[in-house]
Amino acid sequence: MLRFLFRRLLVAIPTLLLVITVAFFMMRAAPGSPFVNERQLSPEVEKAVMAQFGMDRPLVEQYVNYLKGVAVGDFGPSLKYRDKTVLEILQANYKVSLTLGGLSMLLAAMIGMSLGVIAALRQNRVADYLTMGIAILGVCIPTFVTAPLLVLVFASKLGWLPTAGWNDGALANLILPITVLALPQIAVISRLTRAGMIEVLGSNYIRTARAKGLPESLIVRKHALRAAIMPLVSYLGPAAAGLLTGSLVVEKIFNLPGLGKFFVNSALQRDYTVVMGMVIVYAVLILVLNLIADMLYAALDPRVRLS
Amino acid sequence: MIPGSPERAALLQNAVRGRSLWDDAARRLLRNKAAVTGMVVLAVMVVLAVVGPWLVPYHYDTVTKTDVWMGPLQSGHLLGTDSLGRDLAARLLAGLGVSLAIGVVATSVSLVIGVLWGAVAGYLGGRIDEIMMRIVDTLYSLPFIFFVILLMVTFGRNIFLIFLAIGAVEWLTMSRIVRGQTLSLKSKEFIEAARAAGLSSGQIIIRHIVPNLLGPVVIYVTLTIPAVIIAESFLSFLGLGVQPPMASLGTLIATGAQDMEMAPWLLVFPSLTMVVTLMAFNFIGDGLRDALDPKDR
Repeated sequence: MLRFLFRRLLVAIPTLLLVITVAFFMMRAAPGSPFVNERQLSPEVEKAVMAQFGMDRPLVEQYVNYLKGVAVGDFGPSLKYRDKTVLEILQANYKVSLTLGGLSMLLAAMIGMSLGVIAALRQNRVADYLTMGIAILGVCIPTFVTAPLLVLVFASKLGWLPTAGWNDGALANLILPITVLALPQIAVISRLTRAGMIEVLGSNYIRTARAKGLPESLIVRKHALRAAIMPLVSYLGPAAAGLLTGSLVVEKIFNLPGLGKFFVNSALQRDYTVVMGMVIVYAVLILVLNLIADMLYAALDPRVRLS
Repeated sequence: MIPGSPERAALLQNAVRGRSLWDDAARRLLRNKAAVTGMVVLAVMVVLAVVGPWLVPYHYDTVTKTDVWMGPLQSGHLLGTDSLGRDLAARLLAGLGVSLAIGVVATSVSLVIGVLWGAVAGYLGGRIDEIMMRIVDTLYSLPFIFFVILLMVTFGRNIFLIFLAIGAVEWLTMSRIVRGQTLSLKSKEFIEAARAAGLSSGQIIIRHIVPNLLGPVVIYVTLTIPAVIIAESFLSFLGLGVQPPMASLGTLIATGAQDMEMAPWLLVFPSLTMVVTLMAFNFIGDGLRDALDPKDR
């Protein structure tokens, strides 16, 4: 296990380096600069500002300096939000994104697994068709459609929930964003669970358990479900990526002060360091989740040997 | 029996015609109600997107100051108008066309890259295969949507770039599927025969491997097109995709979401169109999978 972990970390470092390199040079190739937007700076002032951030150096030198900083956890100062470092901005805003992502993943796992099990146990009957129909809808309706539609119905027309805002994470403000983020995940998870359950329920050891006379509920919970959720574990990585993408839309629509909203704005304003910081955070997150998924997989299924 | 004799001709005529794999698949597909419905819906969508602009008496970009915020069926606007008095039906048809076109073109880009990459890796095998697939694995673990966003910011919001960017993202899964198929094809006798006949690796890949990959590739293509449409709309929704006055389903939904308090129809109709289109593709994809791969049901 430890050797596996070590090797995966060794592979993760060049991957991360690739991400940083591509993002760095792409961002710099973009026309425009972080300092030209509002007031027209005189050439002297602009030169001074550029020098202050070390941006008068050759690009490769800047790149090396940036890497040196990142290696010791220094992501540099923000170019747009004066007097703030990238780390401070990340720290101030990660909680919203983390709360949204974590809660919607939890909700999606609980509802999706329940629906999947019900569908598998009632295979080819009304309950099955109903849940799988909902699942197809969930896959086909993107977040940027569900979000405004739900706001229109539950906030604007019915007035049950606030239309937008964070409000220190009050439950009423959380319900709509979390639902929007969870719906597509529920769809995928319920389909995966159903497929896994159907396969497992037809296997020999389940027949043995039935022959022993164990009650059906025990068979489902103890024997079948444990094996059936294996595909879900490897879905962890893609699910995280999906949530990140979704959060870009959800944070924009619900006007939430999370990282996703920052990313698009910073990219448009050429706030190089902030964009780089976000890209690194997201890349690390996805790498770590994929690693956790692989390790969980091995821990849950003794047939898988990490090598 | 003499070849060419009338008896033989009669016998041949009565002989049972063999059924190919594709005949079988077509038969199964046509029996699948959801898939057939999907195909019909999609055909209607395509026809509407192509000839629709001539059916609607308005151009998608015509601003009519007197007809601002018209509801559906008011003063000759079937689906109403937006804040500038532009006819929603005309804009919806134009947007549907743009979204479908982006879906098809970007999928073609991903198809070409993915099939070639996967077939070469699978056919050559060994160290080259390992390196090529490691590259795919690495790209998989990148937060891709962020790179697409960066790309759009860097090189301006050009529609061809959208094709390229999305196509370049979607080829990864395709290359994995194709590689797996190629590995199993590689050991078949007809490939060995081709090699014995002196064909080069490139010729074998193009003439013998790629045509035999058709089944899984067709299935995956029908599932990639809706993914591309979603990706494009997502970018447009964030203001990074198709630029006004041009419309796509994504830009229409985005403006609809802004104006929904005032004019809910601006949100409802584009959303509905989007969902129906995506569902049609998904049903066709599922149907094709069942039809071409019956053991997998």
